[in-house]
Amino acid sequence: MPGSSVNWAAKVLAVARKDITAEFRTRYAVNSILMFALVTLTVISMALGLITPDSDLMAALFWVILFFAAMSGLAQVFIREEDAGTALILKLSTEGLVIFFGKLIFNLLLLAVLSVIIVPLFIILLKVSPQNWPVFLIGLALGDIGLAGATTIIAAIVAKATVKGALFTVLSFPILLPLLMASIEITKVAFGGGGFGDISAALQLLVAYDVVMVTISVMLFDFVWRQ
Amino acid sequence: MTTLYKIVTLVRIMLKLEIDNLGKWFGRRRIFEGITLSVARGQSAAITGPNGSGKTTMLRLIMGLSYPTRGTVGFSEDGRKLDFDQYRRKLALVSPYLSLYDSLTALENLRFFAKVGGRVVSDEEMRGALGRVGLGGRGDDFVGAYSTGMKQRLKYAVALLKDPAIWLIDEPSANLDDEGKRIVHELIRDAKDNSILVIATNEKEEYSLAGQFCKLGG
Repeated sequence: MPGSSVNWAAKVLAVARKDITAEFRTRYAVNSILMFALVTLTVISMALGLITPDSDLMAALFWVILFFAAMSGLAQVFIREEDAGTALILKLSTEGLVIFFGKLIFNLLLLAVLSVIIVPLFIILLKVSPQNWPVFLIGLALGDIGLAGATTIIAAIVAKATVKGALFTVLSFPILLPLLMASIEITKVAFGGGGFGDISAALQLLVAYDVVMVTISVMLFDFVWRQ
Repeated sequence: MTTLYKIVTLVRIMLKLEIDNLGKWFGRRRIFEGITLSVARGQSAAITGPNGSGKTTMLRLIMGLSYPTRGTVGFSEDGRKLDFDQYRRKLALVSPYLSLYDSLTALENLRFFAKVGGRVVSDEEMRGALGRVGLGGRGDDFVGAYSTGMKQRLKYAVALLKDPAIWLIDEPSANLDDEGKRIVHELIRDAKDNSILVIATNEKEEYSLAGQFCKLGG
């Protein structure tokens, strides 16, 4: 009963669409990410009270919230497959890279949704807003791509472990540290009103990080996924 | 004409599973060793043995998802060794430890697995596969609402849509009622004529369908 063939991009989109449909119906990752982000933002807002911290601290707080919120949900793309027992049939159904890019797209979308919700809440609750929006958005976009790229491959690695949650954060932190430092630097400049000239080093680091992370993931994924 | 076409295809593309002196140890525990088996397209083999004798481990080795401690296992086509991605496309696994997506409907599961496998299937083909395993009319139900036996039948429908040249079936009638067992035995009889069929079972009715036997743990 063979039907007509499907191209590679359509297979990748099918994996992403399947995860989006499943997430829309179960709200497994979105709920944990949003709850973490909302609770953290509220606690920080109450703790700061009437104090207005400087842009350095606010930039760091912004990325700390984004990092930990992402940690609470992005690993689910692979952990859910292993826990539900669906990883095996997925391994036998398509190429490893189709799975990787499908999961990467899903994690990117999840981070985009998270960012769209966190940014206005951060501005409202912590009474701070970027003075240079293009710089802020570029930093956010590149930071999200690096975060999604790194966490997708790390999620595939930890999915088979017994203490997944703890291992995911512990493994992610040192790998994500350069990304966080560069993203915080760009966000700090954006909050302080600086321009693109002030972020060229951090921007180069972020672009290089994103390219290297996706390349390494592509090279390693088949090995990680099949074991 | 169709039979002639099948014979010509089988002769032209000689697909073969070759297991040579295979052994698997977990640490110091020896699961099995010295297993040698050759199954060509159109032939079948049954792996039998008591619980814990390594039937499922043997299937994982055949699938290439685990490494042997000794010996070799692999598929070849016209004498040329196939890599994982080449034989994966031809292979379907049905097993009690394999799961489908509970949050998708049966039809969504079928469409998804066909699409990521590189095939576009029509609704008619999918409903046909569901009908063949006795799930006609239940395609729009969520798999999470299916009984264990219905889920097992759906795994056969997913495999049927793949039209595989290699069937690996672990405990073929696990969780199935009498009607389900009848359907699966009929499907095994059909599959063994045009594919490589390997079943892991201790049911006499099932291993007697196979042409070769591999007894583990004995």
